[in-house]
Amino acid sequence: MSTRAKTFFRKLDLANGVVEATHGTGGKVMAQLVEELFLPAFDSKELRARNDGALLEVGAGQLVVSTDSYVVSPLFFPGGDIGSLAVHGTVNDVAMGGARPLALTVGFILEEGFPLKDLARIVASMAAAAKAAGVPIVTGDTKVVERGKGDGVFINTTGVGMLPAGRVAPSAERMRPGDVVLVSGTMGDHGVSILSTRESLSFESELLSDSAALNSLVELMYRAVPDLHVLRDPTRGGLATTLNELTHHVGVGVRLREKDVPVKPQVHAACELLGLDPLYAANEGKLLVVCAPGDAKKLLEAMKEHPLGRDAAIVGEVVEDPECFVQIDTTFGGARILDWLAGEQLPRIC
Amino acid sequence: MSQLAGLPLIDEFRDGVLARKLAADIAREARSDREYHFMEFCGGHTHALCRYGLMELLPRHVRMVHGPGCPVCVLPMGRLQQAIDLAMKPNVILCAYGDLMRVPGKDRQSLLSAKARGAAVKLVLGSGEALRIARENPTKEVVFFAIGFETTTPTTAVALRAARDGGMTNFSVLCNHVLTPSALSAILASDQVKVDGVVGPGHVSTIIGSAPYERFGTEHHLPIVIAGFEPIDLLASILMLVRQVNEGRHEVENQFTRAVNREGNVLAQKLVDETLMLRDSFEWRGLGAIAASALKVRPAFAAWDAEVKFSLEDQVVKDHPACACGDILRGVKRPTDCKIFATACTPDHPMGACMVSPEGSCSAYFLYGRGRQSAPQERAS
Repeated sequence: MSTRAKTFFRKLDLANGVVEATHGTGGKVMAQLVEELFLPAFDSKELRARNDGALLEVGAGQLVVSTDSYVVSPLFFPGGDIGSLAVHGTVNDVAMGGARPLALTVGFILEEGFPLKDLARIVASMAAAAKAAGVPIVTGDTKVVERGKGDGVFINTTGVGMLPAGRVAPSAERMRPGDVVLVSGTMGDHGVSILSTRESLSFESELLSDSAALNSLVELMYRAVPDLHVLRDPTRGGLATTLNELTHHVGVGVRLREKDVPVKPQVHAACELLGLDPLYAANEGKLLVVCAPGDAKKLLEAMKEHPLGRDAAIVGEVVEDPECFVQIDTTFGGARILDWLAGEQLPRIC
Repeated sequence: MSQLAGLPLIDEFRDGVLARKLAADIAREARSDREYHFMEFCGGHTHALCRYGLMELLPRHVRMVHGPGCPVCVLPMGRLQQAIDLAMKPNVILCAYGDLMRVPGKDRQSLLSAKARGAAVKLVLGSGEALRIARENPTKEVVFFAIGFETTTPTTAVALRAARDGGMTNFSVLCNHVLTPSALSAILASDQVKVDGVVGPGHVSTIIGSAPYERFGTEHHLPIVIAGFEPIDLLASILMLVRQVNEGRHEVENQFTRAVNREGNVLAQKLVDETLMLRDSFEWRGLGAIAASALKVRPAFAAWDAEVKFSLEDQVVKDHPACACGDILRGVKRPTDCKIFATACTPDHPMGACMVSPEGSCSAYFLYGRGRQSAPQERAS
């Protein structure tokens, strides 16, 4: 890039500038945004080629592709921001297909008037997240919508990954009664962290989002246990919702043990206060895995060796259940159903 | 890191071993030659009874009757419709508590569906958030949809005072606060429900104290035990009620001593008294009109009273004919007695308020009753 003739008269004002409609029109102003902000941050040979799409060299094998759009509010939250989330979320979706993520694409929908300073902060965070995950951002798109038609910035990312030769892709249908359910760490951190950014809620100890890329944890898990039946990241709706999706799809039940499900005390306390259940709160750096009973112990040991799996735990089993219930054995004694909620959990008034 | 149950001051009150010991005490002390019907007033108590399967631990002749203490459930649909209509006004931002968002009103409209049709509806966790929204949107009329028993009333009072002190002209309160003792009186006055004792509200009593219940002992000869919301609290309170009945006492006892005293929160009471006053009568969903059972904004604060500001008129919206919410709220029927329970009426498609609010007894029965052999109470043995 340094050898190119000077194309832009004045450098992008990243300190005080704002997104303008022209930043999304495909002209020179947009090219400058790409050249001065996105390219230096996401630097990759595919992006440098400046094609509409990225050519990826893959051997014989199977690709896994996943896409996700990020519309989180607030854009910046304790432990992350929409940028890191947009990288982690899609990397994780690809990794949950058993694949090694190879590359990400990114689409920005920017609102006219959005401060470039904030955009630069988001982009830097995406770049750092992509680098840490070892997954380059290889192509992208930018659109600007009129002021009032967006919420600052929306981001779409698409991820591509390769299923290593000989690896059977994990899939819901592969879960069967007797299988064991594990999670990689504490439940509900992200969801409660986002809630805690609301002005009316402040907790003594700051709670960070768990937003993280799980691809290296997944690889470690596969090295220990070559056959994982199901891999999921319990994002929106949390563990309870993800398990309900699985049980209803497959026609089995799941029985969890409350005493074994890891939850941070701050998350538990915040949920008690708000009348929420941490098992329905979102995670952005946790996975749940279902494996054969004989593999569970080995898998757990492997997960605990990874920093993102330190708090991993065996939390329950797949059972036969024509009603497809997800039930939890409570510490009090007895069981209760973790129902498939109609919508998101709403804080209660008393 | 800790496991899911690992909170001091909560864990101790969810001790399953202690719960079984208390249940055994109840079974031993409850006389077998009579029945005990106790009403838990609060939806929070109903929820805990179901969530922890406590009714299954009780002997068959100690029965719980579920009361009307779910603020969302007793809100008449006409008042909800007022809020929906306000929210549909182009210049209004309506701020409401989360559990109101999905409650179905006229023609199955809800605040959530109004929002999808373009109404500005904001979910808030308290009145302070509504005030902030008003400050941030000076060109909009911000209305706080205030509901709840005495627990949430002081926060509405604080907002009214802050609005006056701040000279705010774009903030108002749609006041629907209701009073626990009045509802209890109305239920006890009817002869449809026979109760031998009441598990008294915990959170409400942190504000009003235990003194306002004392007249129930003298007037109705009814024992009342104010209870906390954890399973141990509830079982201990039921045991205290059994003992009062056995000994022929009718006193107000306080099991929830870690939060409630006789006087309550005097500062909060003063604030409420300064800003709000008794209504002559108020319509309760399921219970009908009850005299002196609710609060309205005082004339001195009329500038922040949405009823005055928007000249709101009373609306009457009838419940779905098959819905038994009214009888359920009065303790006359159990959720499982309702024809449409868990068939036409589920949390996904609620017909009545007892199903839509997580505090409602239908919702509690639906969430925690399934997967057991029968509804919570019927399983008792």
